[in-house]
Amino acid sequence: MTLNGVAQIGLYFVVLLVVAKPLGWYMARVYTAKPCGLDRCLGPMERVLYRMCGVQPSAEMDWKTYGVAVLSFNAAGLLFLYGLQRLQGFLPLNPEEVGAASPDLSFNTAVSFTTNTNWQAYGGETTLSYLTQMLGLTVQNFVSAATGMAVLVALIRGLARRSAETIGNFWTDLVRSTIYILLPLAVLLSMLLVSQGVVQTLSPYRIAILQQPVGYDKPVTDTDGRPLLDEQGTPKSEPATVTEQVLAVGPAASQIAIKQLGTNGGGYFNVNSAHPYENPTPWSNLLELLSILLLPAALCYTFGVMVGDTRQGWALLAAMSMLLLCFVPLGFWAEQSGTPLLSELGVNQLAGSDQSGGNMEGKETRFGIANSVLWSAVTTAASNGSVNSMHDSYTPLGGLVPLLLMQFGEVVFGGVGSGLYGMIIFAIIAVFVAGLMVGRTPEYLGKKIDPYEMKMAALLILIMPMVVLGMTALAVIVPAGTSSVLNPGAHGFSEMLYAYTSQGNNNGSAFAGLNANTPFYNTTGGIVMLISRFWLAIPTLAMAGALARKKLVPVGPGTLPTHTPLFVVLLMGVVMLVGALTFVPALALGPIVEYLHMIR
Amino acid sequence: MKVQLKPALTMFLALTVLTGVAYPLAVTGLAQMLFPYEANGSMIVRNGKTIGSVLIGQPFDAPRYFWGRPSATASFPYNAAASSGSNLGPTNPALADAFKMRVAALRAADPVGNAAIPVDLVTTSGSGLDPHISPAAAAYQAKRVARARGLDMAKVQRLVEEHTEGRQFGLLGERRVNVLLLNLALDEMRK
Repeated sequence: MTLNGVAQIGLYFVVLLVVAKPLGWYMARVYTAKPCGLDRCLGPMERVLYRMCGVQPSAEMDWKTYGVAVLSFNAAGLLFLYGLQRLQGFLPLNPEEVGAASPDLSFNTAVSFTTNTNWQAYGGETTLSYLTQMLGLTVQNFVSAATGMAVLVALIRGLARRSAETIGNFWTDLVRSTIYILLPLAVLLSMLLVSQGVVQTLSPYRIAILQQPVGYDKPVTDTDGRPLLDEQGTPKSEPATVTEQVLAVGPAASQIAIKQLGTNGGGYFNVNSAHPYENPTPWSNLLELLSILLLPAALCYTFGVMVGDTRQGWALLAAMSMLLLCFVPLGFWAEQSGTPLLSELGVNQLAGSDQSGGNMEGKETRFGIANSVLWSAVTTAASNGSVNSMHDSYTPLGGLVPLLLMQFGEVVFGGVGSGLYGMIIFAIIAVFVAGLMVGRTPEYLGKKIDPYEMKMAALLILIMPMVVLGMTALAVIVPAGTSSVLNPGAHGFSEMLYAYTSQGNNNGSAFAGLNANTPFYNTTGGIVMLISRFWLAIPTLAMAGALARKKLVPVGPGTLPTHTPLFVVLLMGVVMLVGALTFVPALALGPIVEYLHMIR
Repeated sequence: MKVQLKPALTMFLALTVLTGVAYPLAVTGLAQMLFPYEANGSMIVRNGKTIGSVLIGQPFDAPRYFWGRPSATASFPYNAAASSGSNLGPTNPALADAFKMRVAALRAADPVGNAAIPVDLVTTSGSGLDPHISPAAAAYQAKRVARARGLDMAKVQRLVEEHTEGRQFGLLGERRVNVLLLNLALDEMRK
């Protein structure tokens, strides 16, 4: 670990915590329909939207109606995005003339973006048209994040209200999240990113003449584009010279801004934020990093304001921040130590003033080790999943950090909205555990936690590991699963585990060596993403409905205060225990075996 | 329950127009107005010809040029139409072989030099398009470039120093050298 690296990471957390409070306060005003400043200019647009869609903004919904609204809205988005990819070859705004995406890929990508996962089985610049990127992916980046925020706000209302039947109106929560929070922030961020060099244009790809023509081995293909093999079975190639460079450009900044803010993570380009056109400078890197955790952190404060006790929000934010801070140093140390392979060859991996050193395979020079490692932890703590370095090339323990942060169930900040509702569920489990220890009925924020709530909470923490571990096991035993693996040995197992962990937690980052664009991975992955998004959102809404109906229990001597350092530690313990107990056996087969193998 | 279907469809269409059409077009318009150079790819144009982008690296393998990071893009290195990393894990024998070949190539181009090779010169970048190398990697190559061009070593070193970017605001990121700009400056020096 270098001093400068520690300073950069420290600066990041300070800025994040400073902006969380004002933004959280602003969002609380948005969700309680109080004047927030922007309503003066955007209010008319909001009202036009309601009138066009026949929505009565003052009409409240019970949890079932709210759930139906969530599901039908997302179903419309899913079908639209699927159709768009299948038909993109016939539609305008397609200067590179890419054809229709395959049915399984279209299904996977459509699910991926409606569930806020943004798993990329596609390569942005090679398989999608400008129209699909804008009208399909960018739209879902907004509305899937807004859906998560709406469900969170419904749960908060459930906690804040007493003896109530309703938990708000999905349409107003959706619209207000989009136009008062996500849109203004996205416009601001995209302009900042363009100023650093992120491209934003509708013109076709650019062509540059190379300064030095370079020879390479060109693979020989038959008329169908399949590689031809020679007698030994290796692909044939012929010498060729490349003299020009085709530079993929496009409307990238607008999509990158919202993919970061909405914890979506689906990049414009194949390599995501490692691409110099997507993340050109250290300053753009800091802005993108901040925008990953900006809303999840600020929503903690919003939660505090809305339940009438900001200390409750700070307690959850403290638990999240400390969990994240536990793991950043581990990754930093592992990556900075470099790989034994290179030490044996006499390559200099030591950090100094002239190089960042460490394991630079799959990392960019401008970011070095510190910014790559911080990003890998932040993007998996939040369910963002964008990357600025290739996680597959990390050292075993460096790669364990993002895996484990996802396996905590995406509650360490987590997705916009979904992370905090997950964390609130864990808080309820924590008071339940504490209640068992002292033999009292558990309560959270004055609401008694009954068997019904505990059933829903148990569902929420069991579904994710079941689909993740079940699907990984399936992939390991069928040839369709193992044939996609790139790296041999334990690392190959990690690739499969990472794929389903990422999709099962709606993260979207990858050990990208795995060839995920196959019918098997596209289909199983799509199903995993659907289950883990909506089978968690619906029990959460059910719990919101049940909590809203309850009366308030007055605070007594037996009440466990949920804003104290003691509770923060208890909460962190519950999150780590549930995650570790579930996943340590699988981790032992992947990164841990690989680590032992690497150091020999 | 069915009453939610109509708003689901109309709201989806309305938000699609707002966030999928109005938003990207507004941002494109603003970007083209305020930052036309950056929004169009930060291209380098010399004598009316586009010869590259400041942000995207190009392949170099001649001894008279500084070399960039190895690139794992498909078919040929620095293919800016299909960005990609190698995704090889640290225990993969294929990665070990690739490392050995790159070390051998660097040693062959500079048989006299015996300094330890900086790590970024033998590892592929995340994007395959990394425009930078570390100052250590530039210093390692300076002697080879000077010899191949018959230039004074001090002159080349000065050029490298001029092209070394510091950390942004003195704190962010890493110190680095833009390979394409450095090589362009080398070619222009000869004239």
